[in-house]
Amino acid sequence: MALFALKRLGSMILVLFAVSVLTFLIFNVLPSGDPAVRMAGKQPTETQIEAIRVEWGFDQPIYVQYEKTMQNMFSGDMISYFNQLNVVEEIWKGVPRTFALAIGAAIIWMAFAIALGVWSAMRAGGVSDGMLNVFALIGISMPVFWLGALMNQYLGFELTQILGFELFPNGGYVEFSVSPFEWFHHLLLPWFALSVLFIGFYSRVLRANILETMDEDYVRTARAKGLSERRVMLSHVLRNSMISVVTLWGLDFAVVVGGGAILTETVFNLQGVGQYAADAIGQLDQPPIMAVTMFGAFFVVFFNALIDIVYAALDPRIRLQDGDTAL
Amino acid sequence: MSEPLLSVRDLEVSFRTEGGLLQAVDGVSFDLKRGETLSIVGESGCGKSVTAMTLMGLTGGPNARFSGSVKLDGQELLGADDEVMRSIRGDRMSMVFQNPMTSLNPVHRIGNQIVEQIRAHRDVSKKEAMARAVELLDAVGVPDAAQRARSYPHEFSGGMRQRAMIAMALSLEPEILIADEPTTALDVTIQAQILELLKQLNRDFGLTVILITHDLGVVADIADRVAVMYAGRLVETGTLDEIFYDPRHPYSWGLLGSVPRIEGERLARLAQIDGQPPALIDPPPGCRFRERCPHAFGKCGEEPELLSRGETPGHLDRCWLDISERPALRQLPSGLIGLAKPS
Repeated sequence: MALFALKRLGSMILVLFAVSVLTFLIFNVLPSGDPAVRMAGKQPTETQIEAIRVEWGFDQPIYVQYEKTMQNMFSGDMISYFNQLNVVEEIWKGVPRTFALAIGAAIIWMAFAIALGVWSAMRAGGVSDGMLNVFALIGISMPVFWLGALMNQYLGFELTQILGFELFPNGGYVEFSVSPFEWFHHLLLPWFALSVLFIGFYSRVLRANILETMDEDYVRTARAKGLSERRVMLSHVLRNSMISVVTLWGLDFAVVVGGGAILTETVFNLQGVGQYAADAIGQLDQPPIMAVTMFGAFFVVFFNALIDIVYAALDPRIRLQDGDTAL
Repeated sequence: MSEPLLSVRDLEVSFRTEGGLLQAVDGVSFDLKRGETLSIVGESGCGKSVTAMTLMGLTGGPNARFSGSVKLDGQELLGADDEVMRSIRGDRMSMVFQNPMTSLNPVHRIGNQIVEQIRAHRDVSKKEAMARAVELLDAVGVPDAAQRARSYPHEFSGGMRQRAMIAMALSLEPEILIADEPTTALDVTIQAQILELLKQLNRDFGLTVILITHDLGVVADIADRVAVMYAGRLVETGTLDEIFYDPRHPYSWGLLGSVPRIEGERLARLAQIDGQPPALIDPPPGCRFRERCPHAFGKCGEEPELLSRGETPGHLDRCWLDISERPALRQLPSGLIGLAKPS
């Protein structure tokens, strides 16, 4: 187990290194990516640009620049080329917002996916199953920026006009410390907007898994033991059907927590890490993009490792061994 | 004569399929006395497993249709309330399945799977139930039972898993144990051990057993009575001796003739029954075995009833052949089918 953890840590570091190098290199081959030109303002002279290059070290060999960038990132001295603000501080500002969005949404989409997946599987082939299938497809097909915009317009804005009070606020974020209720209130729409796609997708995957598991011999055994249908479902069918869904959940949660919900955060103006990333991309601002990418990549590799551990807990046939193979 | 423990009358099970109505079990009747071991034999698809599953109330699905009667100690089970069936399953009647490799849930510990069954029927603490589980595992010959109760199924060998399945099935001292091909997936030495265990349970605790199998060797080893099933119907029933020494139905001859024998001349090729059983969707009228029977004649277009046709009242068969001609017909060049009656 100790060796497993060590190996896992090693591969995590390797992946993060590769991600950082790739992101860095992409910037250096990007057209109009030259930060000196962009920083020099409108109609700069060649000497001005050259001065900026020297000052910021853009004239150095690329591996020196990479080293410097990484050093700044980890020491917290990284500065945006666009507005000269400290990148790490800006990310920290967005973290509570992004976490609030990610954790709430992940709970919502998992709860709804389990409920709808089980409901669908129990009524497979029936009318309600067919309707849920259609809804799931619609949910999966709706782009989140469009859905979010609709929610904002109709639930956030027009409904407020009709009702005369704010049932749902029209975007924005309120700190938990300011008002827990308003915090929750403002996150409701973003949570659901982000969850719709995942609910549709997960409930379908879970439904298929449940139907497959219900045909297993051990489920027949469970019934033959005289267990209640509820107990058969929870302890024998659902438990075994959840394994692959938990994997998906871990990875998707990692992406959202790492600032991947760029569209949701932007549409609802939550000003989290994702929105910060969106702004940085719009400005082709290399340091924040580097930092946000690393931030996201960290969560992805971290949750990947975590899932392996959860896997072993869910399925005793998989044991984390000191060798590199499971089973 | 005491009342039979289990009484099955005209049991019919059919499934609505896309091709039409599939009559899987067609008018099966038998009685089972307390402490008796009944073996239901027949080839794959003859309806023996469906019969067993129906007794347990496990033949489900919106497409299944049932008729007839299944009475346990006078209580009607067919069409009984789900809750009633649930309380009987695993408690008064339990079942051991064919494939021990897949019949235990891979994610739960063996001991817990037994505890779960005990606690589904009895109001006992987890600790008491676990003590009982360990006792049971020990009784069915799982070595180091207290330790092994904490193992997962994949840590058990096939034979050990089947022992665990049997321990689980016996956990509430059921009146009837239904074993559906319990040894088919195991290798021969383990088969013998499992059969020995079943015999011992039958002998020591008076356990009533329904054994479903296609293996006549297993039948000879363990059964008191035998029911031969073909294409959803019983074609012959009788005591073990009656079926082995005096088989009456040509299908039974075929089954017995296909078993390799140690004594006598060795054949280059084992006897086989040519052809396939009829489709169970719209089967042709008359005797179901007619198409494959070397002795079929005009009368076989009519359905023969399951009757006693000889001097022994309990030995029933479903064949039109004259009873006095049958011994001659089961004579093959290599010898008599079935066993010669010991003198």
